[in-house]
Parts: sequence; C-alpha cells; structure tokens
Amino acid sequence: MTAKLSLRDVTKSFGSKTVLAGVTVDVQPGESLVIIGGSGTGKSVTLKCILGLLEADGGSIHCDGREITHARGAERAAFLSRIGMLFQGAALFDSLPVWQNVAFGLIQGRGMAALEAKDVALTKLAAVGLGPEVAALFPSELSGGMQKRVSLARAIATDPEILFFDEPTTGLDPIMADVINSLIRDRVDDLGATAISITHDMASVRKIATKVAMLYQGRIIWCGPVEEIDHSGNAFVDQFIHGRADGPIRMAVRAG
Amino acid sequence: MVLLQPIGRAVLALLAATGRVALFTGPAVGHCVSPPIYWRAILRQMVDIGFYSLPVVGLTALFTGMVLALQSYTGFARFNAEGAVANVVVLSMTRELGPVLAGLMVAGRVGAAMAAEIGTMRVTEQIDALTTLSTNPMKYLVAPRIVAATLVMVPLVLVADIVGVMGGWLVSVTKLNFNSSTYLLNTLTFVQTMDVVSGLVKAAVFGFVVSLMGCYHGFNSRGGARGVGTATTNAVVSASILILLLDYVLTAMFFGA
Ligand SMILES: Nc1ncnc2c1ncn2[C@@H]1O[C@H](COP(=O)(O)OP(=O)(O)O)[C@@H](O)[C@H]1O
Ligand SMILES: [Mg+2]
Repeated sequence: MTAKLSLRDVTKSFGSKTVLAGVTVDVQPGESLVIIGGSGTGKSVTLKCILGLLEADGGSIHCDGREITHARGAERAAFLSRIGMLFQGAALFDSLPVWQNVAFGLIQGRGMAALEAKDVALTKLAAVGLGPEVAALFPSELSGGMQKRVSLARAIATDPEILFFDEPTTGLDPIMADVINSLIRDRVDDLGATAISITHDMASVRKIATKVAMLYQGRIIWCGPVEEIDHSGNAFVDQFIHGRADGPIRMAVRAG
Repeated sequence: MVLLQPIGRAVLALLAATGRVALFTGPAVGHCVSPPIYWRAILRQMVDIGFYSLPVVGLTALFTGMVLALQSYTGFARFNAEGAVANVVVLSMTRELGPVLAGLMVAGRVGAAMAAEIGTMRVTEQIDALTTLSTNPMKYLVAPRIVAATLVMVPLVLVADIVGVMGGWLVSVTKLNFNSSTYLLNTLTFVQTMDVVSGLVKAAVFGFVVSLMGCYHGFNSRGGARGVGTATTNAVVSASILILLLDYVLTAMFFGA
C-alpha cells in the first residue's frame, strides 16, 4: 500500500540553526499520526514543510506516491485542495466574521454560493460546540479557546481527506478538549480521513492517535502504534509521556 | 579600501532590495490582470483609499493653492508681473503639487495602513492560512489594493488640482484684489491639456508605487509587532522617496528637452 504521506530524510535549517535534521515518517491512509516532542523541536516546521509553506532544504515528501517536496503552482494547488489545516495560533481572518472564516474555503476555494456555504459553516460550528449566535461575531470578540474551535471548524469545512492539527486542544478546558479529540477521531474513523496532529497533551495522544512519533533533536527517535507507547523501551519517550524533569532529555535551563 | 567597503556594501544591499522588489512586482502585476479578479475587494479598497483620503488631500491642496498665490504675488510684485499669479498656481498644482502632495499624503495614510494590515496577517499566519484554503494571497490581498490605488489616485488628484486652484483664487480675490472672473479666465486659457494629463499620469504611477510598497513591506514583515512597525515605516519612507524620484523622471519624460 502506498503511504498517504511519506517523509524521507527531510531537513530544514534557518540560517545556521538546524531544526529538522532528517525526519522520516510514513502515514498510511486512514491513519491518525500524532507527533509529540518538546516545544521548539520543529513539530510546526514539519507540518509547514509538508504544506509547502516552508520549503524543505533536503529529503523528499510524497503524497500518494507523488513527490510534492518542491511542488508549485497547479501541482501545489491540487495538493492543498485536499487538505485542511488548523494553525497553532488559530490564524483566523480578523476582518471577517466567524461564519465567513469557516466558509472561506468553500466560497473562495470551491466557488460555493454564500448562502449554502453559511449553512455548512453553521453545521461545522455546531460540531465544535459553538452555537449560531457566534457566527456573526468577529474573531477578536472570542476567547482563545473559542478561536481555536472556529479554526478547527474552518479546517474541516471542506471535508478534506488529509487533516493537519497543530495543538488542537491547547487552551481548552478538559471537557471541551475531549469533545474536540472525539471530533478529530471521528473524522478519521467515520470519514476515512488521514490526520497528522501535534499535541503536548497525553490524554489527547491516547484519544486521537493510531500511531505516535516522537521528534527530538530534529529526528523521529521513536515511532509506533499508540498501544505500544507505554512499553516503547525508549527512555526519551518514557520521560516525555510521564513529564519528568530528570531523564535523558536535557532542558536548556540552568539552575540559578 | 576601508572607505570603499561600506559604500560597496550599501550598493549591494540596494541592488538586492531592488531585485527583491522586482521579484515581488512581477507576480503582483500578473495577478492584477489575470482572472479571477476580486471586483468587490477592488471597490472596497477604492472607497477606502480614494473617498476617505478626500479630506486630508483636499485640505493639503487648498492650503497649498492659497500659499502659492500669496508667495507668487509677493515675488512677482517686484517685477510688476502680478498678473501671472493665476498661471503659476494652475501650472504648479496640475503638473507638480497636486500629484506629489496627494501621493505623499496617501503614502502616509494608505501605504502605512496596507503594510500594517498585511504585515499583521503575515506574522499571525493568516497569509499561510489563505494558502491552505486554496486562495492565492497575492491575488486576494495584493492585486485588489494595487488596482484600486492606481485607478483611484487619478480622480483624487483631479479633485486636488481643482481644490488647489480654488484656494489660489480665494486668496487672490479676497486678499490680493484680483477680479474674480479675470482670474478664472486667466487660469482656463493658460492651462493646457498636457499639464493636467501629465499630472494624472503621475497620480496613477504614485498610486501604484504607494500600494506596491505597502503590500511588499507588509508581505515580507516578520518578527511580531515590532516587525510590523518596521514594515510600516519602511513602506512610507520607500514610497515617499520613490514618489519624489519618479516625479523627476516623469517630469523629464514629459517636459524635458
Ligand atoms: N520562520 C522561521 N524562521 C526562523 N526560525 C524559525 C521559523 N519557524 C520556526 N523557527 C524555529 O524553528 C524551531 C522549531 O519551531 P517550531 O516548529 O515552531 O516548534 P514546535 O515544535 O514547538 O512547533 C524554533 O526554534 C523556531 O525558533
Ligand atoms: Mg508548534
């Protein structure tokens, strides 16, 4: 079976600073991969390289067997029309009301009529626990957690077959986080979407993931089914999932 | 050697910046003329740029016309050539001051706003989000602003010309004891189509430059609120310098020997 997405030795540096030193990971169709790792290890950069928002310096990225590492123009557009992305900082368009944010991909990307798109937008908003009264508000009038959920509704509005979620539950209360986790899992289980998510929250990992990959110092140091995460035999993974300060992962803090 | 190094570095930096602007301008203009064209966005920008600039541009033109009349009157009185006031006012306004002052005012008002808005969208990843929603940010954000600014500067400067001439007339009639109809007749017989047209061509060019600089600096801003601030400043400064530089070039092209 060809992987839905396949990364081979992807490298990315900013100036002299190497962020990705050779990331290799596969995601099969219908799989839900969760990338874990400390903050600043390059998880968001990995997603942006796949999307083409950043261009990888080396290595290759394939989607359904076709190389998209340096794709531009129509080729890139064809790939982007199949994906949905939730940005870490929500990235809502602050000049548009909530419903137009959610409907943006339908109206601008697919040319759907505004009235029809609004109906879809209201359905998607309901799916993330937001009522129709929110639809007419502007993003600046929402709390951080609500913005995150609107952004999630926007990412799934076109029912894309590949989904990217950058910290979908950060800033949400535990109950709403669980609602969102279920929503993401349903997308994969019921609609057959393929998902790559980033999260720090181990409860999310266990709920969303079918497969987990841990990013450390620019490489995937462990990758396996979520069931094996507690017996990975990898000291780095153990330290991360138990959130211990002492272990092989050295935080760049100095005792003052 | 030591002296030449900084000069060389500055020249290289200037060339690099010119290249980057050129690489931005090509696709930006391409998106202005290729479908889909966002008419509604263009219309909204035209109202924003043109209509809401009317007060500031109008006031600037009014006072400039008034000062022109006053200054040229006191100057020409030494040669007993006071009659030329009307000519000086209409010529200066249409050829030079109308387009340049309107251009500088719009650079401060609109160029800055464009850089700030697009820059904020850049640093909050809204531009990346546009891309992932199958919308080309150049086409959606940049092209409507450039088209609108280029088009709307023409009527804006025409208004500035008229208001400026009226300012000169006001001072001449109320303070300098000119005959109202003689003054206006002088103005109309003296002004030539080329004077007005050259000014309006300048207007379109300046509108293009202001929006291009606003979009370019906004689009390439990075590093949070501070980066957006820098982008805004750079947009206004570079647009202003380019306006004055192109003003000379265009004047030389139209009227140069
Ligand atoms: N556009 C950029 N320019 C320079 N450095 C960047 C850029 N984007 C990310 N980085 C750097 O790459 C590293 C990884 O960032 P990121 O992927 O956002 O981390 P995280 O794993 O927390 O999502 C950080 O050290 C960050 O400073
Ligand atoms: Mg991140």
